[in-house]
Amino acid sequence: MRLSLPARLFLWTVMGFGFAFIYVPLTLVVINSFNKNTSFAWPPTGFTTSWWSKAATNEGVRDAITRSAIVALTATAIALVLGSLAAAAIARYSFFGRDAISLLFVLPIALPGIVTGIALNNVFTNFLGELTIFTIIVGHATFCIVVVFNNVAARYRRLGSSLEEASMDLGANRLTTFRLVTFPLIRSALVAGGLLSFALSFDEIIVTTFTAGAGQNTLPIWIFQNLFRPNQAPIVNVVAAALILVSILPIYLSQRLTQEKSAS
Amino acid sequence: MATLDTIRRSLHRNVRARIATLLALPLFWLVVLYIGSLAALFITSIWKIDTFTSKVVREFTLQNFIDVFTDKAYFNVTIRTLFVAICVTLICAVIAIPMAFFMARIARPRSRPVLIALVITPLWASYLVKVYAWRTMFYPEKGFINWLIEPLGGSSPGFGMFAVIIGLTYLWLPYMVLPIYAGMEKLPNSLLDASSDLGAKSGRTFFSIILPITWPAIIAGSIFTFSLSMGDYITVQILGGTFQMLGNVVYQNFSLNLPFAAAVALIPVIIMMVYLGSIRKTGALDNL
Repeated sequence: MRLSLPARLFLWTVMGFGFAFIYVPLTLVVINSFNKNTSFAWPPTGFTTSWWSKAATNEGVRDAITRSAIVALTATAIALVLGSLAAAAIARYSFFGRDAISLLFVLPIALPGIVTGIALNNVFTNFLGELTIFTIIVGHATFCIVVVFNNVAARYRRLGSSLEEASMDLGANRLTTFRLVTFPLIRSALVAGGLLSFALSFDEIIVTTFTAGAGQNTLPIWIFQNLFRPNQAPIVNVVAAALILVSILPIYLSQRLTQEKSAS
Repeated sequence: MATLDTIRRSLHRNVRARIATLLALPLFWLVVLYIGSLAALFITSIWKIDTFTSKVVREFTLQNFIDVFTDKAYFNVTIRTLFVAICVTLICAVIAIPMAFFMARIARPRSRPVLIALVITPLWASYLVKVYAWRTMFYPEKGFINWLIEPLGGSSPGFGMFAVIIGLTYLWLPYMVLPIYAGMEKLPNSLLDASSDLGAKSGRTFFSIILPITWPAIIAGSIFTFSLSMGDYITVQILGGTFQMLGNVVYQNFSLNLPFAAAVALIPVIIMMVYLGSIRKTGALDNL
């Protein structure tokens, strides 16, 4: 497309500004995790790696990371099954109430997390009596389902149904068609939805606040509890910086997936 | 095996049975567990509370709603919350539309995946880390912003509504960029070429062609930015100083007076339902 010079300049400026807006704060956190000065005033006054070694041996952090990983893996597993079942139904069939159901599948992310949180808390404390790691998983799976559903439903819509029809015209039954045709086609959407759902769960704090029992700290809850304690500030800084660095991994993976997709 | 075979055959013949099998579990989860919990919560809002034990007493009352709607303070919090959510959505759109356009249309196809990855990075970075990053940015007297503008004679605005708006914009920006990027990518080149062939300048092409076609994608992004901003209370606690939003009111009342918290929580839900209802026709829900 041809663009006038001012339009081009404008777009370049916005891109530059946008990326600065995105990356300056994150870079500061990483730099601060090596900052010798515990008040973390800017600019840093000295370099140290001692906060990193302190954080690596911190019991609270380790415990929270393990719990977050268990929750995120289980919630994602539930979401992958339920989300793709629903996506298949909504995308492949038209039936009475289909629109209402698609709207229903937006609600858990469209309604504020605090509403979901206190609603689930109310039900859990009344019917189960106490909050456990299980209640965290149920809470997380509720919005993870939506994430997987969106990814897989979008893939189904794009694929159309001609390939499956061809497979069945050639004599394959539904199960074989799913195994040999449908599943390979939606696999990367499942991986993408699963990754996103894992990341959202690992990161969730609002619903978790209301569904986690006492002492059941997930990593975000641990960070939040220690955020306002000045003597914990160096550890919080390191955990934050580590999370930024770790978050590059899923991006790399999703990059590979999209390249694989465009290659095939 | 005989029974399995019968089931398989009846599933093959009966479309309804097939749909029901697919939907049974997901619907059970979302309708019974999720909608059920929401319904239970909102029923609580018409119940009383034992003021000594903070326990819910199942007696009908409209007092919670009367309190919410007659007290000027709650009206002000609602307006403030709406204002913040609208500001965040608008700022996100203003930054995201040109960025998405640049990435989808101007950048060379080979660099597109890299640019997209760069935008998605903060989406994967932790929510709290991002808010925390802005806390170090906005910190009065020793923060980065203060260091940046002090030589110019200014000082950091500190914690408050402005910091909350910037923080929330930062958090939800990728949610706005991604759907718009997807929408812009689908835009046929021929339309843009036709527009400039017919003599339209860049601005005219943008407002008459690009904006109307990508509108559903923009609205789809706004669902996230708007809703996520409206329910937030943690960013407000970290960046807001004494500034409060609806989420904070719900959070403060939740353990002491659940019926009242439920009544307050109904405000963002109603606003969101009205919003979702009003945009259903734009096709935004298919762009999520």
